[in-house]
Amino acid sequence: MNRPIYLDYSATTPVDPRVVKKMVPYLYERFGNPASRSHGYGWEAEEAVELAREQVARLVHADPKEIVWTSGATESNNLAITGAARFHQGNGKHLITMTTEHKAVLDTMRNLEREGFEVTYLDPLPTGLLNLEAFSAAIRPDTVLASIMQVNNEIGVIQDINAIGEICRARGVLFHVDAAQSTGKVAIDLEALPVDLMSFSAHKTYGPKGIGALYVRRRPRVRIEALMHGGGHERGMRSGTLATHQIVGMGEAFRLAHQDMASDNERIRALRDKLLAGLAAIDEAYVNGDLQARVPHNLNISFNFVEGESLMMAMKGIAVSSGSACTSASLEPSYVLRALGRPDELAHSSIRFTVGRFTTEAEIDAAIALVARNVRKLRELSPLWEMHLEGIDLSTVQWAAH
Amino acid sequence: MAYSDKVLDHYENPRNVGSLDKNDPSVGTGMVGAPACGDVMRLHIKVGQDGVIEQARFKTYGCGSAIAASSLVTEWLRGKTLDQALTIKNTDIAEELALPPVKIHCSVLAEDAIKAAINDYRAKQDRGAAALEPAATHVGVRHRPNS
Repeated sequence: MNRPIYLDYSATTPVDPRVVKKMVPYLYERFGNPASRSHGYGWEAEEAVELAREQVARLVHADPKEIVWTSGATESNNLAITGAARFHQGNGKHLITMTTEHKAVLDTMRNLEREGFEVTYLDPLPTGLLNLEAFSAAIRPDTVLASIMQVNNEIGVIQDINAIGEICRARGVLFHVDAAQSTGKVAIDLEALPVDLMSFSAHKTYGPKGIGALYVRRRPRVRIEALMHGGGHERGMRSGTLATHQIVGMGEAFRLAHQDMASDNERIRALRDKLLAGLAAIDEAYVNGDLQARVPHNLNISFNFVEGESLMMAMKGIAVSSGSACTSASLEPSYVLRALGRPDELAHSSIRFTVGRFTTEAEIDAAIALVARNVRKLRELSPLWEMHLEGIDLSTVQWAAH
Repeated sequence: MAYSDKVLDHYENPRNVGSLDKNDPSVGTGMVGAPACGDVMRLHIKVGQDGVIEQARFKTYGCGSAIAASSLVTEWLRGKTLDQALTIKNTDIAEELALPPVKIHCSVLAEDAIKAAINDYRAKQDRGAAALEPAATHVGVRHRPNS
């Protein structure tokens, strides 16, 4: 049996074979602990870790000393938000974020609420973008930190972090950005951007899982409290023996992203646009989120009158994600699409396609045909589609929620 | 999530898809669920002079388990009297399809669709064959929370 066509690159990416090749020697031949200062095993591991730190820093125009290794973007988000909030709580206990953030941010905020912090959760505009006036108005004298993601994981919209950062600077608020979905897709220049803390992940950018980084600005210096205590690694911000092979993989992955970003994105955008053209030709298909301020590889689209989970089940030949969280006990559709103000039925009907470095044109053609065929098949089964064809306005029907 | 073979079979080869003439006095219609909840099930039954269900048809918007549950009940309903049909319980459907706990609501919805279709048929009969007003055709019927 052929493996399904992979169109879920925002969930994770395969490790680029060039990255794998760089990682392998650090598992056996060069296994040393980078913290070992007394022999060559440690020195060569430390050298590899510092080269990777430079590679990560170069992609985002930061100083290598501003990069702290973590286990991934979830840990980076926890460390940045909790670490900064706790360190600065003497100045105030109010935080700001958006309702469309990743759970790693939202749940961290919820946890801080239990510690006595107050959090404002802002809804996005219907495009998915942050309303800058509403953001500005939410800042209070006791606001210490704002956390806004750069690229949304579900709908791929890109926030104007420069403008948001300017507002934060002017009002003396620390600014954290979750950039897990950004690297290799959007140019990031931390020399120019008014950002204090930024989270990165390796496995969304063709690196290995289990490794990430947090950017912590040095000028002006941003102070955070550590969450992991121990040997004082990473200048005391994150203790724990460094995973040399993972770090080497993240460094090489980010080096490749820096090197290939322009050509990769051009090719990927063309494939995404082809997919969009093919799927938009289906009746009653709606793109979710702004199409302009959007990463080149994301297409989140709802096929009205077809439920997302059943569509995914029908399309065994392609691996995608659904905005419908019907597989959980909650029966709730995507909280991101709901925050955009999408009707629940469109949120239940959404599919996220994310194209990547190894996607081919033949795969896009096959995906379009498969989706069109199965949407048609499921609409034949759908009472809502039949009512739509009969001209019944479904919003006038008295449904009873269950 | 892994689906049972029976769910996959009904999902891939759904039985008795379609509709019956809702204005026919011998046809009962049950429509339950809501688009906002991610599932809507519509069941049509045609009842003979002898009170036995001759035909059943469905259309369902929902996940694979909801489609399978509705397909299954159309098979079970055929040949049953209305009173026999009312003895079909959501637990029977869930067991037959080996539904996991998060999908139990699909079987509840199917049981409710049966009840709604029979109620609609009986209401029509009570009103007499002359009045052919379809009742509750476009109204979702409240269905109780997961049992």
